[in-house]
Amino acid sequence: MTEISETQSRVAARLARRHAGEKRFKLLSLGAVWVGLVFLGVLLFTVIGSGHTAFLQTKILLNVTLEETDLGEAGEGGQAQAIAGANYNGVIKRTLRAVFPEARSRSDKRALYRLVSVGAAYEIREAMMEHENPVGTPVAVWVTASDDVDLIIKGTVPRTAPADQRHLSDQQMNWIESLEKTETVKARFNTTFFTSGDSREPELAGVLGGAMGSLYAILVCLAISFPLGVMSAVYLECFAPKNRLTEFIEVNINNLAAVPSIVFGLLGLAIFLNAFMLPRSAPLVGGMVLSLLTLPTIIIAGRAAIKSVPPSVREAALALGASPVQAVFHHVLPLAMPGILTGTIIGTAGALGETAPLLMIGMVAFIVDVPTSVVDPSTVLPVQIFLWSDIPEKAFVERTSAAILVLLSFVCLLNLFAVYLRKRFETRW
Amino acid sequence: MAVLIAASSVAILTTVGIVLSLIFESIQFFRQIPFTDFVFGLHWSPQTAIREDQVGASGAFGAIPLLVGTLLISAIALCVSGPVGLMAAIYLGEYASRRFRATVKPILEALAGIPTVVYGFFAAIVVAPMLRNSGEAIGLEVSSESALAAGLVMGIMTIPFVSSISDDAITAVPESLKEAALGLGSTRSEAIRNVILPAALPGIAGGLLLAASRVIGETMIVVMAAGLAAKLTLNPFEAVTTVTVQIVTLLTGDQEFDSPKTLAAFALGLMLFVVTLALNVTALRIVKAYREQYD
Repeated sequence: MTEISETQSRVAARLARRHAGEKRFKLLSLGAVWVGLVFLGVLLFTVIGSGHTAFLQTKILLNVTLEETDLGEAGEGGQAQAIAGANYNGVIKRTLRAVFPEARSRSDKRALYRLVSVGAAYEIREAMMEHENPVGTPVAVWVTASDDVDLIIKGTVPRTAPADQRHLSDQQMNWIESLEKTETVKARFNTTFFTSGDSREPELAGVLGGAMGSLYAILVCLAISFPLGVMSAVYLECFAPKNRLTEFIEVNINNLAAVPSIVFGLLGLAIFLNAFMLPRSAPLVGGMVLSLLTLPTIIIAGRAAIKSVPPSVREAALALGASPVQAVFHHVLPLAMPGILTGTIIGTAGALGETAPLLMIGMVAFIVDVPTSVVDPSTVLPVQIFLWSDIPEKAFVERTSAAILVLLSFVCLLNLFAVYLRKRFETRW
Repeated sequence: MAVLIAASSVAILTTVGIVLSLIFESIQFFRQIPFTDFVFGLHWSPQTAIREDQVGASGAFGAIPLLVGTLLISAIALCVSGPVGLMAAIYLGEYASRRFRATVKPILEALAGIPTVVYGFFAAIVVAPMLRNSGEAIGLEVSSESALAAGLVMGIMTIPFVSSISDDAITAVPESLKEAALGLGSTRSEAIRNVILPAALPGIAGGLLLAASRVIGETMIVVMAAGLAAKLTLNPFEAVTTVTVQIVTLLTGDQEFDSPKTLAAFALGLMLFVVTLALNVTALRIVKAYREQYD
């Protein structure tokens, strides 16, 4: 009797240990899931936290009066040309001096002028050219403030920070405060960020150049990889005889899907740029390289989609007298299309975030102009992020994060669209 | 039909194009720099002289420091993604409720969809300073661009990769094996550790190899967070450089196309291509051979 209870108590003790081990294991594995989730949360939190301020930009309201003496030469364009050619830098300086007459010495004046961005002259010029009769009448214009003022107003840099950290002297701070009292300095929605290309001045830099570059590159990429991918998938799945060649193609495609993307960049550099002499930095070449990258994804997804269409569909078409090609293109392919599109969109989302191969083909240059065709030199959104992340200026850090937010929302939208397509057209046979 | 065949042979053409362009440029490189110097050299400093009399004019092209750096970072990354990915797959596959799995799995997979440049930014802006500060707090000297920061972030990036392949491998183990273990009175974790994991091991190993090839070829995270100095070290707190980082630094900017500096990038690319290809082929073989066992 005692022996049994001894065994029982041992078993019970061991059981408790085993159950504790079970619990530990479960917690440990749950912890692993949380590591991933927490990291994702921290990443998004950081990017949003440091990036959301870039969607606002500080503007200063100036009452600008254009004098006759500011105007440029009239020439053939008459008054309009004279207004376009006016000396707006001088106009700004005069206006600022009028607001703060206490700035007398040369260095004071220079400090004063530094409150507004170098882009302010263009903004006033545009406002004046839109105005019906600008000469002599005061016109209220919101001009872009410099990045240092911007960071102070938005609170990114604390006002109590030492002068060398905020890049503003005490006197400049006083001016900013007096502007605030009259409500002539305000953080407003940053349209520049969405409507302009890159710039050395953070307050004038925008993502449009990169976004358009990405758009052109993706369009080129899709124009090449979608038809090629669908045709390859159709051939391999429906028509290819089982022989060595097709097997070789299959192995090839699977391996290509795992080749590091930077190697595709090397290929683009050696073949597209050096052998074919295509233009450097152009979205055309970028798109071609990206299409090689997405091709395996599309083929693999396409084959899976075609495979999921039941053979009875094809056989029914064949029985009714359709040729094999007709059966596939008229009946199988339309049914497989949602699946193919889903794969294509996911591949596109990947291509949109791809950076390394594009560095190889020179899409990493500093380009101010927004590209208007596929052969214009341009950069793409992820490369723009890479370029900005290298700049130590604080104002560029928030813009980098904001550009990341823009990129992430595009990638996210594409993926959601893929999920929608899958849900909407999901058929169970 | 001919069009279809032509379309599917584009995949072959791409491979041929890669191989030819890499080999062609690499041959030119090895004409100038002996092959053994490249493969066994311990010193990497690719600055070739602009003028004849410049100090340090001779470039050195020993790839060993780059390889060691790449392996160091990859090892760190796999130390993160291997256990975490596997355990996450186990939780989601064996313990989680259906609802939890349905919500969490796509979120985890989003980690793989984030562009790598975002990870690079995060590694450089958040992880690296954090490591340096916490290193300082306990008296360790962590360089601001450390192998550890890049490796950690890369490991997180590959978690969904490892976990989805482990998931496949685990679900491929016949249910009867698990049920037999449970029927004999083992707890769930015992069944997982003693029965399922050994049976799924080849598949998981294949998945890890695939993850390794992904990590070795990853570029942006290391470019932004790992540094440029080619130092031969195994200390994860120091800055190291990798094959991909050097390819990027050698090829960005304008260069004439016949200098050994530019050509070296292609030799490195060839090395990268061969290594990742070998890893992939092995991994796919393992996974495939294993799958056939139970079918």
